[in-house]
Formats: sequence, structure tokens, C-alpha cells
Amino acid sequence: MTTLAPPAAPGTRRTTSTGGRSGSVAWMALPALLVFVAFGVVPLLGVLFLSFTSWDGIGVIKPTGLVSWRAVLADPGLLHALWVTFVIMALSWLVQTPASLLLGVFLAGHQRYREFLAVLFFIPLLLSSVAIAITYKALLDPNFGLGAGLHIPLLVQDWLGEARLAMGVIIFVVSWQFIPFHTLIYQGAVRQIPRSMYEAAQLDGAGRVRMFFRITLPQLKYTIITSSTLMVVGSLVFFDLIFVLTEGGPGDATRNLALDMYKRGFQANLMGQASAIALILVLVALALALLLRRIGGGSSSTSQLEGV
Amino acid sequence: MDPKTLSRRNFLGLAAGTAATVALAGCGSSGPSDKGSSGGGGGAAAGAATYWFLTGPPGEDIRQGSVDRFNQANPNAKITATTFANDAYKTKIKTAIGAGQAPTIIWGWGGGGLRSYVQASQVEDLTSWFAENAAVKDRLFPSSFGAATIDGKIYAMPAETVQPIVLYWNKKLFDKVGAEPPQSWDDLMSLVPKFNSAGVAPISLGGQSRWTNMMWLEFLFDRIGGPEVFQAVFDGEKDAWSNPASIEGLTKAQELIKANGFVKGFSSITADSNADQALLYTGKAAMMLHGTWTYGNMKEAGGDFVSGGNLGYMNFPAVDGGKGDLSNTVGNPGQYYSISSKATPEAKETAKKFFATAVLSDAEVKEWTDNGAIPIVKGTGSQLSASKDADFLTFVYDTASNAKVFAQSWDQALSPTAAEKLLDNIAKLFQLSITPQQFADNMNQVIGQ
Repeated sequence: MTTLAPPAAPGTRRTTSTGGRSGSVAWMALPALLVFVAFGVVPLLGVLFLSFTSWDGIGVIKPTGLVSWRAVLADPGLLHALWVTFVIMALSWLVQTPASLLLGVFLAGHQRYREFLAVLFFIPLLLSSVAIAITYKALLDPNFGLGAGLHIPLLVQDWLGEARLAMGVIIFVVSWQFIPFHTLIYQGAVRQIPRSMYEAAQLDGAGRVRMFFRITLPQLKYTIITSSTLMVVGSLVFFDLIFVLTEGGPGDATRNLALDMYKRGFQANLMGQASAIALILVLVALALALLLRRIGGGSSSTSQLEGV
Repeated sequence: MDPKTLSRRNFLGLAAGTAATVALAGCGSSGPSDKGSSGGGGGAAAGAATYWFLTGPPGEDIRQGSVDRFNQANPNAKITATTFANDAYKTKIKTAIGAGQAPTIIWGWGGGGLRSYVQASQVEDLTSWFAENAAVKDRLFPSSFGAATIDGKIYAMPAETVQPIVLYWNKKLFDKVGAEPPQSWDDLMSLVPKFNSAGVAPISLGGQSRWTNMMWLEFLFDRIGGPEVFQAVFDGEKDAWSNPASIEGLTKAQELIKANGFVKGFSSITADSNADQALLYTGKAAMMLHGTWTYGNMKEAGGDFVSGGNLGYMNFPAVDGGKGDLSNTVGNPGQYYSISSKATPEAKETAKKFFATAVLSDAEVKEWTDNGAIPIVKGTGSQLSASKDADFLTFVYDTASNAKVFAQSWDQALSPTAAEKLLDNIAKLFQLSITPQQFADNMNQVIGQ
């Protein structure tokens, strides 16, 4: 709004005007900051406090020092849950990134049928995770599911009852659900790449594959980082889908950190240990987000369009 | 107008709005309170009580019916009921009690969960009240009081119905292979190859639910070593899971799994979807060990399976050389209503009046038996013969009332912490990923927790 001020006396006015602008920007952050403090920082501090207690969720909260932390860190279940979380993260990234990248590039074209396909591809995005999980669970039932109904022996497997198959099913369903979202991101990013680059490459005699690897892929660098950050940090807290599909089973084969936290806190009444795991989750997520920013060079202000 | 003042005003408005939102959210989370503000109208609020219970047929309507009858008879001390679905309720009630916002009447399962409320001094001691109102106590099954009693004191009113776990079998399939219902564990094991070669799964099991697997261990432990084996665990005796009878029971369960006794892919099946019952009534599995609460659904969903007389049922067979009494059973000896110690004295009085006059009243008893369930009231045996399900109801009544020991399900009897560990290890045992010895070692670590 201060930019509307008349351009008189530019020399001296400039400094005051920028000063005024940064002041008003700080104000605008305040409401968001309030909400963040009230619903983000305060609960986090509460969880930090609870992790130093042995609260059962019902009785009086009494501090017990490091008891909960010791119990969590000494439990082999924590390492297992971390491993499961990591496996889900790595595998779902490996499946989702190439698929959504290629789909995004494909859908960035302007042919009419592609718009139609795009609509079809985005349908999984509209469904809730729980609905998806319940549906897949019914389809995969070894006795009453798809395989048994259509008499296809290959589909009659103990899908959710065998550790590797259950992990595979979770990766598949997660990918099925989230590829549309990442496809959307890539589609938008591909459409931002200036046409002139491709025209120049065509004049130089580059083929489609070469254009993809030399122009499209490098131009999508920051999009890949953004999408990967969302995937990696998002996969840390997968809960609803796994909870409904396998409840962390069979045994503890698909019990990731989020599920371990819930089971300890709300099923085993160990709020102190659950809080400790929650903090571990926060730390892991922060570390990963920072790491990904580092890989991205950190300075996303460098232009990719130099010389265009 | 100066644009700067405008933006400042906007900001102040926004800030105030945010503060109001935060304050509102704070109010919203306090939930229903038992301070009487939401009870009946006018000056009647002093004795108003709140009551939370589970949804789902047939219990929901019957529970609501008892509340309605009570409210009609007591217009000055009304009970406000709120209902929840099973899993949501289990989390919600814990959170509410922890936050000091519990309803006046807490609906529960007794046992280990009740013990955790007692340890936190959240529920009323009803021992003296039952002593003063002996008539209320004496008309109920004595076995129902075990799970309401913590350290010699009664903290809950036993209510609703008794639900033993029984062995169901599909008569058609038994006729087809020419087999008789198993009278012993060896019989059962010899039936496994017979059914497998006939292309039928011997036993249906919803293994993903974990407590379904637990029922097999409960009976094996009892039949091999008697109820003392689990009692020792419950009493917190050191290394109680390493008892030879316990190791034998765990080993027998794994032998049954290795012999393909359970339906293929049982770890993918949940009990919540009732797919395990469907296997039995569609003729895909020959036997199923399950609670008597499954009868109603099999009758409704199974076409003419139940009405055509194809459903067999019996108590769990003997294990050769075992010590357990054949009349012993396991299951839910009742439901348990407690009174929150945080409620007002007036609300507590209302709740006690509700227990004495409305819970398991004659009208409620009739509604339960009409729905194929056995209320925990003595002497209903004669009423059952008039029911359409007379044979089944009489069987359940006899099983429950003749049982030398009616043990509570392990996961309800133990503390929530130990129960979660138990279910976790049972799932691994049935995956064959741990040995009986490893199971015992893991479980010995949480004894007494």
C-alpha cells in the first residue's frame, strides 16, 4: 500500500518507504505465528514435557526423568520401526518419482485426450485414505476378494498376512494414491519450461529422449526436490492407510514410527514413551527436510533460465 | 483515509480474531461435562447424570431403552446418554477420564482397564453400596463379579450379558467327510488332514485381529494346566509364562498352524469384517472358535445356515492328560458400569439409583433374551425355552452357569500395557516368527506391569 505514495523526492523517501514496508510485512506474519504457536509450538512443548513422565493417560502426571526415554531407546522395537519407516520412505519414493515424472511430462502436452486422461488419473487423489484402505482390504481378501471371485489363482495370496507382500501392498496403495498429486506438480512445472529451448534443440537435431534428459530433467531439478521433500516427509507420518490395511502387521512387519507411537500411547497407555517417539519423529523429519534443502543447493533463487 | 491506519486496524482485527479462535477452540475441546449444565431442563439439573456407551445392534437400543425408562420414572434426575462406536469409544473414554471430563457412568469391560482407573482413583468404590443393596448383587451371576473386583473391592456394576467363547462347527461339512465333532485335541488334529484333503479349510480364523488367535491359547492353557496357569500371570508371579503347561499350549498352537489347521491366509482376515464367520456359514471352513456374540450375525447373514440347523456348537474339547476341568470356559463374563469419582454427589446418587432400578430390569432382561443373548441374571433359564433360539440360548446359559471357572479374556484381564504386548507376541507366534520359548521370555518381561 505504501507503494501507492507519490514518487516525489525519491532520494530520501526510498529509505523510509522500505522501512515501512518491512514493518507491515512483519505484522502480516503475526496471525499465522499466533496460530502456529498455539497449535504447533505449545503442543510440542507439552509433548516434550510428557516424554519425561510415565503418564498412563488417565492418572496424575508425575515427572519421572529419563524413564520413558530409556525404555524407548532400549526397545529393539524402535530400531525396527525406524527401519520400516525408512523402507516405506525409500521404496515409495523410488516408485512414485519416476512414475509421476513421466506421467507429468506426458500430461503436459496439449492434446485434447490428455486432458481427459488427466481427469481420470486424478481420481485417486479425491478419495480419503481410509476409504482407499478399506476398499483394497476387501479386494485383497484371500477368500472373498478379487482373486477368489474371478478365480485367478495368482491374485489369491496372503496379501496382508505375509511380511513382504504386506509391505508391497502398502507401497503400491500409497503410490496409487499419491502419484496423481505429484503428477500434477510435474505437469505444472513442465509447462513452465520455455518452448524456445525445445525449438532450439530441435534445430540442433536433438531427439525426444535427448531433449527429455538434456532439457526437461535439468529444468525440473527444483520441482523434483520439492516433490521429493513432500514424499519423504509425508511418508514419515503415514498412519491411516497402514492402520486400516494391516494395523502394523503381520506381527510388526509394517509398524512404522507413527503406528508405534499410536500403539504405545493409546493402546498400551504409555503416553511418556509415545511422546518420546513423537519427538524422535519431529527430529527425523526436520533433519530430512534440511538435508533435502542442502542437496537442492539451498539457494533456490539461482535462476534456471539464464541465457534464455 | 491513510492507508497505514487501515492496515493497522486490519491487523488488530485479525489478531483479535485469532485470539478468539484460540479461545473458542479451547472451550470446544472440553467436551461434555458432568457438572449438570447439559442435563434436564429447569431446576432438575442437580441430579442429572451423563452416560456414555457403545453403538451397534442389539445392545444400543436396549441400553437406550433402559435409560428412557429410568428418565420417565425419574423426571427430576435425568440421565443423558451419548453413544460411540467401539474403537472410537476405547480411545475417547481414556482421554476423557485423563482430562477429568469423564461421564458419570463409565461403560466398560472390567478387568485390567478398570484396574487402571482404580489406580488413578477415577472410579467410585461400590463395595459398601453392594453390601447395603444385597438384593441387587444376589440376583446376578456370582462369576460376573470377578472382573469388577480389584484388590478385594468392587468398583463396577456387572451388567448386560454373558458371552462365553464356544467351538462352532458346520454340520453339513462334517457329514460330507463323515466326521464327528472333536472330543479331544487329538481328534481335532486328526480332522485337519481330512478337511484339507476334501478342499475345505479345517478352521476359520480372523488372525489379523490378534485377539482371535488368543482365544485358542486361552483354551489350550486351561485344558492343559487349568486356570491356575493364567492366574499366575494375572497375579504377577515371576516367570509365570515359562510354566511347562504354558509352553505346551503355545507349542500345540504352532503345531496346529504348521499342520495347516487354519484357513490359508488367516493373517489377512479381520474379525471386524465378519469374514471369519462368513467362511464357516458359506461352507469354506468347517470349524470356528468364537464368542457367542457371533451367533446373531451368522443367523442374519448366513441365509438358512442357522435356521436350517447346520450350525453345531460345543464347549472346547479336552487335551489328553490335561488338568483343566471340561466345564471351564473363557469370554466376557459381563459388561461393567462404573461411577466416575469426579461426578457431583447428586449425579452419583442418580447413577446408583439407575443401577438399582433400571439396569437389568425385567423389561431389559426380556429384550436381551429376545435378541439371543443371556443376561447375567440368575433364573432366566426357564424363560429361554420360549425363544426361537431356545437350543442355542440354553446351551449358552448352561455353559455360563455350569462353568467351574469362567475366565475373563486375557486382553481384558491384563493392564492395557501388558495386553498390547501380549497381542503383539501372539501375532508373532501365529506368524511362526517366534518360538514358544521366545514368546514366554518376551512376556515374562512385562509380568506385573
